[in-house]
Amino acid sequence: MIDNPSMPFAANPASMPELDEDQLLHVSLGPQHPSTHGVFRMNVVLDGETVVSLKPVFGYLHRNHEKIAEGVTYLSSMPFTDRLDYICPLTNNWAYAQAVEKLAGIEVPERAEYIRVITGELTRLINHTAFVGFFLGDMGAWGSALMYAFREREKILDLFEDLTGARMMSNYMRFGGCRNDLPDGWAARASVLVNEFPRFLDELENLVTGNEILIARTQNIGALPKETLINGGITGPMLRAAGVAYDIRKAEPYGIYDRFQFRVPLGTTGDCYDRLMIRFLELRESLAILRQALDQLPEGAYIHPKAKIRNFKPPVGEAYARIEGPKGELGFHLISDGSAKPFRYRIRPPSFINLTLLEDMCLGLDLADVVLILGSIDIVLGEVDR
Amino acid sequence: MTPDHSAILARLQSALPAARLAHLRNPGPSGQDSLLVAPDHLVAVCQFLHNTADLAFDLLSNVTGVDWPEPAKADAVAVPTEGTAPATCGFLEVVYHLYSTTHRMGPLVLRARTEDRANQVHIPSVVAVYRSAEFQEREIFDLFGVKFTGHPDLRRILMWDEFLDHPMRKDYVAPDDYQYEPTPHDAVLEKAQRHYPAPH
Repeated sequence: MIDNPSMPFAANPASMPELDEDQLLHVSLGPQHPSTHGVFRMNVVLDGETVVSLKPVFGYLHRNHEKIAEGVTYLSSMPFTDRLDYICPLTNNWAYAQAVEKLAGIEVPERAEYIRVITGELTRLINHTAFVGFFLGDMGAWGSALMYAFREREKILDLFEDLTGARMMSNYMRFGGCRNDLPDGWAARASVLVNEFPRFLDELENLVTGNEILIARTQNIGALPKETLINGGITGPMLRAAGVAYDIRKAEPYGIYDRFQFRVPLGTTGDCYDRLMIRFLELRESLAILRQALDQLPEGAYIHPKAKIRNFKPPVGEAYARIEGPKGELGFHLISDGSAKPFRYRIRPPSFINLTLLEDMCLGLDLADVVLILGSIDIVLGEVDR
Repeated sequence: MTPDHSAILARLQSALPAARLAHLRNPGPSGQDSLLVAPDHLVAVCQFLHNTADLAFDLLSNVTGVDWPEPAKADAVAVPTEGTAPATCGFLEVVYHLYSTTHRMGPLVLRARTEDRANQVHIPSVVAVYRSAEFQEREIFDLFGVKFTGHPDLRRILMWDEFLDHPMRKDYVAPDDYQYEPTPHDAVLEKAQRHYPAPH
């Protein structure tokens, strides 16, 4: 019935090895466990120490965000998008604003596009540094790496607080631009941060990359063939770590990404080590984009002068728009019936879809590797469960 | 780059003459047209789009359910270009957004519709072609109640297993959860009076 070669043998009983049911151990991992990055559960079946089946269980943080959004106006959903991937609220804002702009055909002024790129790439810095910290925590190096990562994150959050009024729940983008202009001296402070960041990055990289334990724990763990990853809908750093050059900023440049010089780092094997290193390399490219964007930042309007805030009703139609979020492809699919509320509001959550192949990655490995593989996917449960 | 839906429709019609297909126009500014695919040929259409070298739609990015209690509304959002017979009753719809990572093409939008919203709610699963649909189809089954035939593991995913309804349906009524309050007033009092007999 299922002839997709990428299916694990749980769905393909013919390929299942002979197992003695009496000898199997069923472990319910989570939902309250630091390594599950929130409230996430996995039903794992172990043969000795080896994983023979792994079924993720979702929904502990489910609040039916999509249904709530159908009952309120378009703008009222903007603060809710902050709470999807709460590490990266500004890229969520951006993806949603872009989808509504596509749906209603709204232009975005140049300065607003630059502000979006700057805040979006700063968000990527936050996400990837925090990822490194959490990933090392999953490995048992709890504390040090995360402390350094959060120290730098706090500097960026200070910038966000001055710009949006909130450290994390920013609610900053608007349809046709941004909510407010950059405060005086903000761009200069951001430049200082961007110039100082590489030194921290060297330090962090130095701290982790040559470490023998890290190499022993992460190499040759969790790799899958490229074709399987694409077929499984895996996007973002996970896909690029396996050597697939697919970055939406290059493949389908949205906003003004076609103006910047940057490279798309690629891994070779796609194991957990590559997934960690790809984040380091992407951080450096984000810094390159930030430097160019801050240099070129033009004067002008931060929101389109005719952008409608009150009584906003997009024309009948639908739109799907996506951005390269820090965790992967973040898309919004909106259907408008001409009223002030969306008829259908759908989020394409990268963390949720990146979990599709979790079982395939873990089969045949040890239970301790499951924690690392889950960490390397980089999930946030606010987005997985919506 | 948005693919040319009418050209792809013509190729699909020559490759799969038996498949019932229609080109639906998007009236909005986004210009994202879609192809309506009859459920019985959905998997074959996906296989053709996936395996044909110069199309190579290898990434099924997004799968969405939509509940259309009023068919006229669906025809207003996705306008039939030729004499496609309009639907007579409400239906559930599954929307697929396909991309090609090699040709940098997309989104190609496919739509598949159920017969009605009550009993004939079956759509063939595309997991055999696109693994990325596995959890997303489970989510649509959970929240909309579309039954995907051939899905390897069709269970609820976000709601708990014992839950009965499908919350994303337009006519879903949220349960009347009431927690006792010692001093109810206004709307809470009204609700309290529905739950407890009036005091003497």
